[in-house]
Amino acid sequence: MAVLECMHLTKRYGNLAALDNIDLSLEPGRIVGLVGPNGSGKTTLIKLAQHLLTPTGGEVLIDGMKPGPETKAVVSYLPDRDFLPSWMNVESLLYFYEDFYKDFDMDKAVQMLQALNIEPRRPFKSLSKGTKEKVQLIMTMSRSAKVYLLDEPIAGVDPAARDYILRTIIGNYSENALVLISTHLIADVEPVLDEVVFLKQGHIELHENTDALRERTGMSVDNYFREVYRC
Amino acid sequence: MKWTFENGIPIYLQILGRLRTEIASGAYSPGAKLPAVRELALEAGVNPNTMQRAFAELERDGLVYTQRTSGRFVTEDAEVLKNLRRTLSEDVIEEMCTRLMRLGMSREEILSAVKDWAAEASGQTKNS
Repeated sequence: MAVLECMHLTKRYGNLAALDNIDLSLEPGRIVGLVGPNGSGKTTLIKLAQHLLTPTGGEVLIDGMKPGPETKAVVSYLPDRDFLPSWMNVESLLYFYEDFYKDFDMDKAVQMLQALNIEPRRPFKSLSKGTKEKVQLIMTMSRSAKVYLLDEPIAGVDPAARDYILRTIIGNYSENALVLISTHLIADVEPVLDEVVFLKQGHIELHENTDALRERTGMSVDNYFREVYRC
Repeated sequence: MKWTFENGIPIYLQILGRLRTEIASGAYSPGAKLPAVRELALEAGVNPNTMQRAFAELERDGLVYTQRTSGRFVTEDAEVLKNLRRTLSEDVIEEMCTRLMRLGMSREEILSAVKDWAAEASGQTKNS
């Protein structure tokens, strides 16, 4: 059964349809790439699923429920920008997460932070951009959620940090969870994806198993993306 | 060794190819235990489901077997391993010959070139 389902989902900003009547059904146990150029609706879709936006039409269901407090308890969300209180230090962030989420695994988070030699007393705002992104991801992946919504988890970090982040994702997601990763850095995430969803101007252009796509087109998903979205 | 993947070929097939070679070469010796799916997926930087699919193919071909509680092991069946080596080497030979013929070499020329190469290579090993 689908753990994330969109039915006729539509979001308009004035006259502009950011998402136009999309139907999408994603199963648990899969890592899915949500790709598309800037402005194709990736973040809008994730924000609708996380109840940060309300749909203009249609609906999105998480584990059969409309987005709200019950779904936030089972969804681990990584926004596409710094979202943690910058005055906190890393240690207080851990307690913050423990208080907020029943499914937060403190030991796991501490272990990952130690492996990166991140000093727990350091204020979050004093960390470099790459380290901030790693800390945010560690917090997100230390929850045993049913759905992980990761909005651009590897944008703006160096290739070694990207590798670290991708390995942290595949090493830590709960096996029966859905991981939805939005990105335009397809080449980097391609090997970790089961499926890929191409968004184009608010429509779903394609939803396919990545290995099936490589076999069918004789191209990498990245090369195929460049064909579909050629400017 | 680092894992790299080519464009346009399903990743599970590329993993499968590499694991077959490692079994044929004895890098994973007969009866050896294979790493867990998640562990190897992490090492290769691929999706665990993709790794699982490659393992399932190896199992279907009889190259590995699963012991319910203790994990996956390389087959100890010498016949199966011999067949694997033959299939893999035939693939390499076919690819090499196709490329040489594209360069305009005949079968006889390829054969004598391979003999010359082998003679030279064995001479070098003796000298070194």
